[in-house]
Amino acid sequence: MTVELFVFVLAGAACLAGAIGVILSENPVHAALSLVGTLFGIAVLFVAQEANFLAAVQVIVYAGAIVVLFLFVIMLLGVDRTDDLRVEPLVGQRAAAAVVSLGVLALTVGALASTGYEVTGVVGEIDDTVPDIERLGASLFTDYLYAFEITSVLLVIAVVGAVLLARRTRAPEIVDPGQRERAEEVADRIAAAEEKVGHVNGHRRHVVTDDADADADADEEVRS
Amino acid sequence: MIAALEVTPAWYLVLGALLFSIGAFGLLVRRNPLVMFMCVELMLNAVTLTFVTFSRMLQDTGGQSTVVFVLVVAAAEVVVGLAIIVALLRRRPHATADDAALLEG
Repeated sequence: MTVELFVFVLAGAACLAGAIGVILSENPVHAALSLVGTLFGIAVLFVAQEANFLAAVQVIVYAGAIVVLFLFVIMLLGVDRTDDLRVEPLVGQRAAAAVVSLGVLALTVGALASTGYEVTGVVGEIDDTVPDIERLGASLFTDYLYAFEITSVLLVIAVVGAVLLARRTRAPEIVDPGQRERAEEVADRIAAAEEKVGHVNGHRRHVVTDDADADADADEEVRS
Repeated sequence: MIAALEVTPAWYLVLGALLFSIGAFGLLVRRNPLVMFMCVELMLNAVTLTFVTFSRMLQDTGGQSTVVFVLVVAAAEVVVGLAIIVALLRRRPHATADDAALLEG
Protein backbone atom coordinates (compact mmCIF):
# COMPACT_ATOMS: atom_id res chain seq x y z
CA MET A 1 0.00 0.00 0.00
CA THR A 2 2.88 2.29 0.72
CA VAL A 3 4.13 1.66 -2.79
CA GLU A 4 0.78 2.72 -4.25
CA LEU A 5 0.82 5.87 -2.11
CA PHE A 6 4.37 6.64 -3.24
CA VAL A 7 3.46 6.11 -6.89
CA PHE A 8 0.30 8.18 -6.59
CA VAL A 9 2.06 11.11 -4.91
CA LEU A 10 4.90 11.14 -7.44
CA ALA A 11 2.71 10.76 -10.52
CA GLY A 12 0.11 13.18 -9.20
CA ALA A 13 2.78 15.77 -8.48
CA ALA A 14 4.13 15.30 -12.02
CA CYS A 15 0.62 15.75 -13.43
CA LEU A 16 -0.10 18.90 -11.45
CA ALA A 17 3.34 20.42 -12.07
CA GLY A 18 2.99 19.75 -15.78
CA ALA A 19 -0.51 21.22 -15.89
CA ILE A 20 0.60 24.36 -14.09
CA GLY A 21 3.61 24.53 -16.40
CA VAL A 22 1.30 24.42 -19.44
CA ILE A 23 -0.76 27.39 -18.34
CA LEU A 24 2.15 29.45 -16.97
CA SER A 25 4.81 28.93 -19.64
CA GLU A 26 5.44 32.01 -21.69
CA ASN A 27 7.03 29.94 -24.47
CA PRO A 28 4.77 27.44 -26.31
CA VAL A 29 7.65 24.95 -26.57
CA HIS A 30 7.99 24.89 -22.78
CA ALA A 31 4.22 24.45 -22.51
CA ALA A 32 4.37 21.45 -24.85
CA LEU A 33 7.18 19.88 -22.80
CA SER A 34 5.21 20.44 -19.59
CA LEU A 35 2.27 18.72 -21.26
CA VAL A 36 4.50 15.66 -21.77
CA GLY A 37 5.07 15.58 -17.99
CA THR A 38 1.34 15.55 -17.35
CA LEU A 39 0.75 12.84 -19.94
CA PHE A 40 3.45 10.61 -18.47
CA GLY A 41 2.04 11.11 -14.99
CA ILE A 42 -1.39 10.08 -16.18
CA ALA A 43 0.12 7.03 -17.91
CA VAL A 44 1.70 6.03 -14.58
CA LEU A 45 -1.66 6.46 -12.86
CA PHE A 46 -3.22 4.23 -15.54
CA VAL A 47 -0.71 1.52 -14.71
CA ALA A 48 -1.48 1.95 -11.02
CA GLN A 49 -5.12 1.26 -11.87
CA GLU A 50 -4.36 -1.85 -13.91
CA ALA A 51 -5.01 -0.25 -17.29
CA ASN A 52 -1.68 -1.26 -18.80
CA PHE A 53 -2.73 -1.16 -22.43
CA LEU A 54 -4.21 2.31 -22.07
CA ALA A 55 -0.99 3.49 -20.41
CA ALA A 56 1.00 2.28 -23.42
CA VAL A 57 -1.46 3.90 -25.83
CA GLN A 58 -1.34 7.09 -23.79
CA VAL A 59 2.42 7.32 -24.14
CA ILE A 60 2.47 6.34 -27.81
CA VAL A 61 -0.46 8.42 -29.05
CA TYR A 62 -0.27 11.45 -26.79
CA ALA A 63 3.38 11.89 -25.97
CA GLY A 64 4.58 10.27 -29.17
CA ALA A 65 2.19 11.70 -31.74
CA ILE A 66 0.10 14.58 -30.47
CA VAL A 67 2.81 16.49 -28.62
CA VAL A 68 5.22 15.93 -31.50
CA LEU A 69 2.54 17.34 -33.80
CA PHE A 70 2.26 20.37 -31.54
CA LEU A 71 6.01 20.90 -31.56
CA PHE A 72 6.09 20.37 -35.32
CA VAL A 73 3.49 23.09 -35.86
CA ILE A 74 5.29 25.44 -33.47
CA MET A 75 8.56 24.96 -35.32
CA LEU A 76 6.94 25.00 -38.76
CA LEU A 77 5.29 28.34 -38.20
CA GLY A 78 8.18 29.80 -36.26
CA VAL A 79 5.84 31.13 -33.61
CA ASP A 80 8.01 30.08 -30.67
CA ARG A 81 7.97 33.65 -29.47
CA THR A 82 7.19 34.25 -25.84
CA ASP A 83 3.92 35.70 -24.63
CA ASP A 84 4.12 38.37 -22.01
CA LEU A 85 1.89 37.02 -19.29
CA ARG A 86 2.25 40.05 -17.04
CA VAL A 87 -0.12 42.14 -19.08
CA GLU A 88 -3.79 41.28 -18.92
CA PRO A 89 -5.33 42.32 -22.24
CA LEU A 90 -8.89 42.00 -21.03
CA VAL A 91 -9.35 43.56 -17.62
CA GLY A 92 -10.95 41.16 -15.19
CA GLN A 93 -10.56 38.15 -17.48
CA ARG A 94 -8.26 36.27 -15.13
CA ALA A 95 -10.44 36.85 -12.10
CA ALA A 96 -13.49 35.68 -14.03
CA ALA A 97 -11.60 32.63 -15.34
CA ALA A 98 -10.44 31.80 -11.81
CA VAL A 99 -14.02 32.04 -10.56
CA VAL A 100 -15.27 29.78 -13.35
CA SER A 101 -12.57 27.13 -12.94
CA LEU A 102 -12.82 27.12 -9.14
CA GLY A 103 -16.57 26.82 -9.57
CA VAL A 104 -16.11 23.78 -11.81
CA LEU A 105 -13.71 22.28 -9.26
CA ALA A 106 -16.08 22.92 -6.36
CA LEU A 107 -18.98 21.48 -8.33
CA THR A 108 -17.22 18.25 -9.27
CA VAL A 109 -15.59 17.68 -5.89
CA GLY A 110 -18.83 18.58 -4.14
CA ALA A 111 -20.77 16.16 -6.29
CA LEU A 112 -18.21 13.44 -5.54
CA ALA A 113 -18.24 14.18 -1.82
CA SER A 114 -22.04 14.11 -1.71
CA THR A 115 -21.90 10.49 -2.88
CA GLY A 116 -19.34 9.61 -0.23
CA TYR A 117 -16.94 8.50 -3.01
CA GLU A 118 -18.89 5.30 -3.43
CA VAL A 119 -20.40 3.94 -6.61
CA THR A 120 -23.57 2.00 -7.08
CA GLY A 121 -24.41 -0.36 -9.87
CA VAL A 122 -21.31 -2.52 -9.82
CA VAL A 123 -22.05 -5.09 -12.49
CA GLY A 124 -19.59 -7.74 -11.52
CA GLU A 125 -16.02 -8.60 -10.81
CA ILE A 126 -13.33 -8.13 -13.41
CA ASP A 127 -11.50 -11.39 -13.90
CA ASP A 128 -7.95 -10.39 -13.06
CA THR A 129 -6.50 -13.52 -14.63
CA VAL A 130 -7.51 -12.20 -18.08
CA PRO A 131 -5.12 -9.51 -19.33
CA ASP A 132 -6.68 -6.08 -19.60
CA ILE A 133 -5.98 -5.85 -23.33
CA GLU A 134 -8.10 -8.95 -23.91
CA ARG A 135 -10.95 -7.56 -21.86
CA LEU A 136 -10.69 -4.23 -23.69
CA GLY A 137 -10.67 -5.91 -27.08
CA ALA A 138 -13.69 -8.05 -26.23
CA SER A 139 -15.54 -4.98 -25.00
CA LEU A 140 -14.64 -2.89 -28.06
CA PHE A 141 -15.67 -5.53 -30.57
CA THR A 142 -18.89 -6.59 -28.90
CA ASP A 143 -20.56 -3.85 -26.87
CA TYR A 144 -19.01 -0.88 -28.64
CA LEU A 145 -18.71 -2.23 -32.17
CA TYR A 146 -20.84 0.45 -33.84
CA ALA A 147 -19.07 3.25 -32.01
CA PHE A 148 -15.76 1.71 -33.03
CA GLU A 149 -16.79 1.65 -36.69
CA ILE A 150 -18.03 5.24 -36.52
CA THR A 151 -14.66 6.41 -35.19
CA SER A 152 -13.11 5.23 -38.46
CA VAL A 153 -15.49 7.55 -40.32
CA LEU A 154 -14.49 10.33 -37.93
CA LEU A 155 -10.81 9.78 -38.68
CA VAL A 156 -11.42 9.86 -42.44
CA ILE A 157 -13.36 13.11 -42.08
CA ALA A 158 -10.55 14.57 -39.96
CA VAL A 159 -7.91 13.66 -42.55
CA VAL A 160 -9.93 15.12 -45.42
CA GLY A 161 -10.63 18.27 -43.42
CA ALA A 162 -6.99 18.73 -42.49
CA VAL A 163 -5.85 18.34 -46.10
CA LEU A 164 -8.51 20.79 -47.26
CA LEU A 165 -7.58 23.36 -44.64
CA ALA A 166 -3.83 23.14 -44.82
CA ARG A 167 -3.20 23.06 -48.56
CA ARG A 168 -2.22 26.24 -50.32
CA THR A 169 -4.88 27.65 -52.63
CA ARG A 170 -3.97 27.84 -56.31
CA ALA A 171 -5.24 30.25 -58.96
CA PRO A 172 -8.66 29.12 -60.14
CA GLU A 173 -8.82 27.42 -63.52
CA ILE A 174 -10.65 29.02 -66.47
CA VAL A 175 -14.11 27.50 -66.66
CA ASP A 176 -15.98 30.25 -68.58
CA PRO A 177 -16.09 29.25 -72.30
CA GLY A 178 -16.25 32.86 -73.57
CA GLN A 179 -13.47 34.01 -71.30
CA ARG A 180 -10.66 33.37 -73.77
CA GLU A 181 -12.27 35.48 -76.54
CA ARG A 182 -13.01 38.33 -74.17
CA ALA A 183 -9.50 38.14 -72.78
CA GLU A 184 -8.08 38.37 -76.33
CA GLU A 185 -10.32 41.33 -77.11
CA VAL A 186 -9.15 43.11 -73.97
CA ALA A 187 -5.55 42.26 -74.83
CA ASP A 188 -6.04 43.76 -78.33
CA ARG A 189 -7.49 46.92 -76.85
CA ILE A 190 -4.60 47.18 -74.41
CA ALA A 191 -2.14 46.70 -77.26
CA ALA A 192 -3.86 49.41 -79.30
CA ALA A 193 -3.82 51.80 -76.37
CA GLU A 194 -0.17 51.04 -75.76
CA GLU A 195 0.62 51.74 -79.38
CA LYS A 196 -1.10 55.11 -79.12
CA VAL A 197 0.76 55.93 -75.90
CA GLY A 198 3.95 54.75 -77.55
CA HIS A 199 3.31 57.22 -80.42
CA VAL A 200 2.91 60.07 -77.97
CA ASN A 201 5.99 59.02 -76.08
CA GLY A 202 7.95 58.65 -79.27
CA HIS A 203 6.83 62.11 -80.34
CA ARG A 204 7.92 63.52 -77.00
CA ARG A 205 11.17 61.69 -77.25
CA HIS A 206 11.57 63.17 -80.67
CA VAL A 207 10.89 66.63 -79.29
CA VAL A 208 13.29 66.03 -76.48
CA THR A 209 16.00 64.93 -78.87
CA ASP A 210 15.30 68.00 -80.96
CA ASP A 211 15.74 70.12 -77.87
CA ALA A 212 18.91 68.28 -77.04
CA ASP A 213 20.19 68.93 -80.57
CA ALA A 214 19.21 72.58 -80.23
CA ASP A 215 21.05 72.74 -76.91
CA ALA A 216 24.05 71.11 -78.48
CA ASP A 217 23.89 73.64 -81.31
CA ALA A 218 23.59 76.42 -78.77
CA ASP A 219 26.60 75.09 -76.90
CA GLU A 220 28.62 74.96 -80.08
CA GLU A 221 27.60 78.49 -80.88
CA VAL A 222 28.69 79.63 -77.42
CA ARG A 223 32.03 77.81 -77.80
CA SER A 224 32.66 79.32 -81.17
CA MET B 1 1.16 7.37 10.01
CA ILE B 2 1.84 7.81 6.32
CA ALA B 3 1.79 4.07 5.88
CA ALA B 4 -1.73 4.05 7.27
CA LEU B 5 -2.93 6.27 4.41
CA GLU B 6 -4.65 4.23 1.77
CA VAL B 7 -4.97 5.43 -1.80
CA THR B 8 -8.67 5.21 -2.52
CA PRO B 9 -10.22 5.82 -5.96
CA ALA B 10 -11.49 9.12 -4.59
CA TRP B 11 -7.94 10.49 -4.73
CA TYR B 12 -7.78 9.81 -8.44
CA LEU B 13 -11.16 11.47 -8.96
CA VAL B 14 -10.10 14.59 -7.07
CA LEU B 15 -6.84 14.70 -9.01
CA GLY B 16 -8.85 14.46 -12.23
CA ALA B 17 -11.09 17.33 -11.10
CA LEU B 18 -8.02 19.43 -10.25
CA LEU B 19 -6.45 18.79 -13.65
CA PHE B 20 -9.72 19.58 -15.40
CA SER B 21 -10.12 22.91 -13.65
CA ILE B 22 -6.48 23.86 -14.28
CA GLY B 23 -7.03 23.11 -17.96
CA ALA B 24 -10.25 25.14 -17.99
CA PHE B 25 -8.47 28.08 -16.38
CA GLY B 26 -5.68 27.95 -18.95
CA LEU B 27 -8.18 27.69 -21.82
CA LEU B 28 -9.96 30.80 -20.60
CA VAL B 29 -6.84 32.84 -19.86
CA ARG B 30 -4.27 32.05 -22.55
CA ARG B 31 -4.50 33.78 -25.92
CA ASN B 32 -2.01 31.79 -27.97
CA PRO B 33 -4.18 29.29 -29.92
CA LEU B 34 -1.56 26.53 -29.61
CA VAL B 35 -1.42 26.82 -25.83
CA MET B 36 -5.21 26.88 -25.70
CA PHE B 37 -5.20 23.58 -27.56
CA MET B 38 -2.77 22.12 -25.04
CA CYS B 39 -5.18 23.13 -22.28
CA VAL B 40 -7.96 21.26 -24.09
CA GLU B 41 -5.71 18.19 -24.13
CA LEU B 42 -5.18 18.65 -20.41
CA MET B 43 -8.93 18.63 -19.81
CA LEU B 44 -9.39 15.55 -22.00
CA ASN B 45 -6.70 13.73 -20.03
CA ALA B 46 -8.35 14.62 -16.75
CA VAL B 47 -11.54 13.07 -18.09
CA THR B 48 -9.76 9.90 -19.24
CA LEU B 49 -8.21 9.52 -15.80
CA THR B 50 -11.69 9.78 -14.30
CA PHE B 51 -13.03 7.20 -16.76
CA VAL B 52 -10.32 4.70 -15.87
CA THR B 53 -10.93 5.26 -12.17
CA PHE B 54 -14.64 4.67 -12.55
CA SER B 55 -13.89 1.62 -14.65
CA ARG B 56 -11.96 0.19 -11.73
CA MET B 57 -14.58 1.23 -9.19
CA LEU B 58 -17.43 -0.29 -11.20
CA GLN B 59 -15.41 -3.37 -12.18
CA ASP B 60 -16.47 -2.76 -15.77
CA THR B 61 -14.24 -2.52 -18.83
CA GLY B 62 -16.62 -0.10 -20.56
CA GLY B 63 -14.81 2.87 -19.03
CA GLN B 64 -11.57 1.82 -20.62
CA SER B 65 -13.30 1.37 -23.98
CA THR B 66 -14.58 4.93 -23.66
CA VAL B 67 -11.01 6.09 -23.07
CA VAL B 68 -10.05 4.56 -26.41
CA PHE B 69 -12.79 6.59 -28.10
CA VAL B 70 -11.66 9.73 -26.29
CA LEU B 71 -8.16 9.12 -27.63
CA VAL B 72 -9.46 8.80 -31.18
CA VAL B 73 -11.57 11.94 -30.88
CA ALA B 74 -8.61 13.81 -29.37
CA ALA B 75 -6.38 12.78 -32.26
CA ALA B 76 -8.97 13.86 -34.84
CA GLU B 77 -9.55 17.12 -33.01
CA VAL B 78 -5.84 17.90 -32.87
CA VAL B 79 -5.43 17.20 -36.58
CA VAL B 80 -8.27 19.51 -37.64
CA GLY B 81 -7.51 22.12 -35.00
CA LEU B 82 -3.84 22.36 -35.88
CA ALA B 83 -4.77 22.64 -39.57
CA ILE B 84 -6.99 25.60 -38.71
CA ILE B 85 -4.22 27.14 -36.60
CA VAL B 86 -1.72 26.67 -39.42
CA ALA B 87 -4.14 28.37 -41.83
CA LEU B 88 -4.62 31.22 -39.37
CA LEU B 89 -0.99 31.75 -38.40
CA ARG B 90 0.24 31.46 -41.97
CA ARG B 91 -1.88 34.47 -42.85
CA ARG B 92 -1.07 36.46 -39.70
CA PRO B 93 2.00 35.15 -37.85
CA HIS B 94 1.28 36.90 -34.56
CA ALA B 95 -2.40 36.11 -34.39
CA THR B 96 -4.11 35.54 -31.06
CA ALA B 97 -7.38 33.79 -30.41
CA ASP B 98 -9.23 37.01 -31.15
CA ASP B 99 -8.12 36.95 -34.77
CA ALA B 100 -9.95 33.75 -35.68
CA ALA B 101 -12.51 35.92 -37.46
CA LEU B 102 -9.83 36.48 -40.12
CA LEU B 103 -10.57 33.04 -41.51
CA GLU B 104 -13.99 34.13 -42.78
CA GLY B 105 -14.36 34.07 -46.52
